[in-house]
Amino acid sequence: MSALTGTGTLARLVLRRDRVRLAIWVLGAPLLGYALAQSVVSVYPDEPARLGYATTSASSLVARAFNGPIAGSDLGAVVVAETYITLALIFALLSTFAVVRHTRQNEETGRAELLGAAVVGRYALLTAALLVVVAANVAAAALLAAGLAGAGLPLAGSVVAAAAIGGVGVAFTGVAAVTAQLSVTSRGANALAAAAVGVAFLLRAAGDVLGDQTDGGVRVESAWPSWLSPLGWGNQVRAYVDDRWWVLALPVALLLAAVAAAYALAERRDIGAGLVAPRRGPASAAAGLLSPAGLAWRLQRGTLLGWAVGVAVLGFSMGIAGDEFNAMIEENPAAAEAIAAMGGGADLIDAYLAAMLGLFALTIGAYVVQAMLRVRGDESDGVLEAVLATGVSRGRWLGTQVAAAALGALALVLLAGLTTGLGYGLVAGDPVGRAVDLGGAALLRLPALLVVAGVVTALFGLLPRWSVVLSWAALLVFLLLGQLGAVLELPQAALNLSPYTHIPSVPAVEATALPLVVLTAVAVALLAAGAAAFRHRDVPS
Amino acid sequence: MPVIEIGNLVKTFGSVRALDGLDLRVEAGEVHGFLGPNGSGKSTTIRILLGLLRRDAGEARVFDADPWRDAVALHRRLAYVPGDVSLWPNLSGGEAIDLFGKLRGGLDRRRRDELLDHFDLDPTRKCRTYSKGNRQKVAIVAAFASNVELYVLDEPTSGLDPLMEAVFQDEVRRIKADGATVLLSSHVLAEVEALCDRVSIIREGRTVESGTLTELRHLTRTAVTVETARPLTGLEALPGVHAIREVDGRTHLEVEPAHLDELLGHLVRFGVRALTSTPPTLEELFLRHYGDERPAAEAAGVNGRRAGAR
Repeated sequence: MSALTGTGTLARLVLRRDRVRLAIWVLGAPLLGYALAQSVVSVYPDEPARLGYATTSASSLVARAFNGPIAGSDLGAVVVAETYITLALIFALLSTFAVVRHTRQNEETGRAELLGAAVVGRYALLTAALLVVVAANVAAAALLAAGLAGAGLPLAGSVVAAAAIGGVGVAFTGVAAVTAQLSVTSRGANALAAAAVGVAFLLRAAGDVLGDQTDGGVRVESAWPSWLSPLGWGNQVRAYVDDRWWVLALPVALLLAAVAAAYALAERRDIGAGLVAPRRGPASAAAGLLSPAGLAWRLQRGTLLGWAVGVAVLGFSMGIAGDEFNAMIEENPAAAEAIAAMGGGADLIDAYLAAMLGLFALTIGAYVVQAMLRVRGDESDGVLEAVLATGVSRGRWLGTQVAAAALGALALVLLAGLTTGLGYGLVAGDPVGRAVDLGGAALLRLPALLVVAGVVTALFGLLPRWSVVLSWAALLVFLLLGQLGAVLELPQAALNLSPYTHIPSVPAVEATALPLVVLTAVAVALLAAGAAAFRHRDVPS
Repeated sequence: MPVIEIGNLVKTFGSVRALDGLDLRVEAGEVHGFLGPNGSGKSTTIRILLGLLRRDAGEARVFDADPWRDAVALHRRLAYVPGDVSLWPNLSGGEAIDLFGKLRGGLDRRRRDELLDHFDLDPTRKCRTYSKGNRQKVAIVAAFASNVELYVLDEPTSGLDPLMEAVFQDEVRRIKADGATVLLSSHVLAEVEALCDRVSIIREGRTVESGTLTELRHLTRTAVTVETARPLTGLEALPGVHAIREVDGRTHLEVEPAHLDELLGHLVRFGVRALTSTPPTLEELFLRHYGDERPAAEAAGVNGRRAGAR
């Protein structure tokens, strides 16, 4: 029996288990790419419009940091600049989640043990997962190429662009194969892989911000940090402009190296074990743990701390970048006009800071969803049943979870505002005053996060089996409406579906109380509906 | 006043009727065995008694209160050991025990330490690293260290070794001596025989038998082998006699205990030369209720209905 015996059967099992998830990814991502590309094509129909866009994108450090280095003023280059990072992140995260789901999660639940006892080789589970995920990336990239070409872009460039995005997924498939060996929990493996995506994003952003503006101001030559990032490689392909195929060898090489490393790690460890031996804990509980609130804090504090570090670092960097943004505007009045038109406010730096706070609020929405979905996790793994068989009522338990998520969100948005203000204040003067101002402005985002918590709670109460998928889908819809709604020229009625649409964009505009009050009321209504449904339904269900 | 009283309980999940008119009565101070094949509805019944699931029809009372409406008040008077114990992976076993105890309304520290010792459980290990048996020990220690009136135990010993099984039985006797009531779902027949005052056997969501083990034995047939001087006739006409067959001049049959007397009265008229009678084992008792048909009779090809159909 070889180390790969049973791989084919297991790969079919992976396909069977994930036939819906994979279908959504393989069909949905290319469809999104097609829709985005088509709208970009219609927004920038002629050369002058594209030239303006490319010049602005190449000179704006914020655009470089978030959208990546633009390769030129061709229609394809503009489409890549507008869509690449969104699609690349979708491919990267879906690949990592899928790999961890079929490797470490199987070990955690004990399924791997059952399968491992059958006629199955040592590497078969890992190989089956990798085969399916790489195949999904290839299939999704092929469809994406067709979608881009279908939107009116040159075929050759479309194939290269789609391959670059698929390459990002392939690279992170390898990364996840390694993290799944390191951590004993699937949560830990996903967190490590997501952290790797975050580091790749920051490296790429740093390299692109530090790069040079060339080719008459419509191209960015990235600095070396971008070449260290799998997210950066996709940009360096320069689809539609240079079509540098050879760059795609990098993600393939990373995949092969990572798979070799994962095999080596799998060889050296026992099934179910990680590389770090589990530590011991106290023989009896501290008084602070012995309540639903104490338990919630204990279970959430690690995640919250991780988020806090990330938010603080990002906030501080974005704040400091605000000064470069100021300088850039002074040098480039054309770009200033463009940003004034986009931001809507009179003061450009305020528009920038408000946009950053909006991005933070969206990102922290992911924390809220993650924290709130613990309620469903506890229900599906059986802990909830044991807790509700004690003297804790359903209302008290759920209320504690909502309060913990809401307080965590409050701490994170406040931290985002404070660090952004502090960073900007350090380069522009008055750090304390700006930290306080932006901290206050950031708190105005909290009602939108409460609505997110309300959506998850309502789904948990009413549609428990679908709550995980639908909660993330809801956040994704809010994200897409917020980030791409304007690009896609969606009607206002659609944009209004997102709570984020209604938050006053302070400090770019004056704060108004009404939308905040309405959002809070909506959040309370959703929370109440979820709690009422939860009190009246079966557990577990 | 019974501690648990269930009458004609119905619970459906979609098109599946998990409980179909179940009855159960557990008196104060007794250890009540709750038996039935996998999927017969034991855990569903227990979850209804804990107010986790909502009943569709019928009555369910615990301490004369509605387990759905008065869940929290009832939970302070009972302790529950689930069949599949799931814990917080990053808490230590000791922390999990203390947490369950506190949420239930208090824990006897001295008992807790005694139980940890008796069950040989290391409380400093993270729950993630515990085996199934050790996770069960965590739930058992947390339950037995709380001072409550009712213990609901859903297959609590399915992962324990024989030594720990003995410790468990000692603990159940102790809480019974303290006056507590126990509902014990189990597949371990020796455990049921050693501990239970009364048992209820359920199948496909209905109670098929309920009573003391002695009473249940009386409901089960006794195997009789008899050799007579003259050929035996007229057995078919006797009430409560089944599975009659002749092998090498001996007659084998099964008889319901209530009709043993009539059978013996009949046999003596033919001149009994030899007679053996074997009371049912506990295992046979359960197999009879668990299986579709009695396997022994079926294998011998004398099951009247099936044999006739062939």
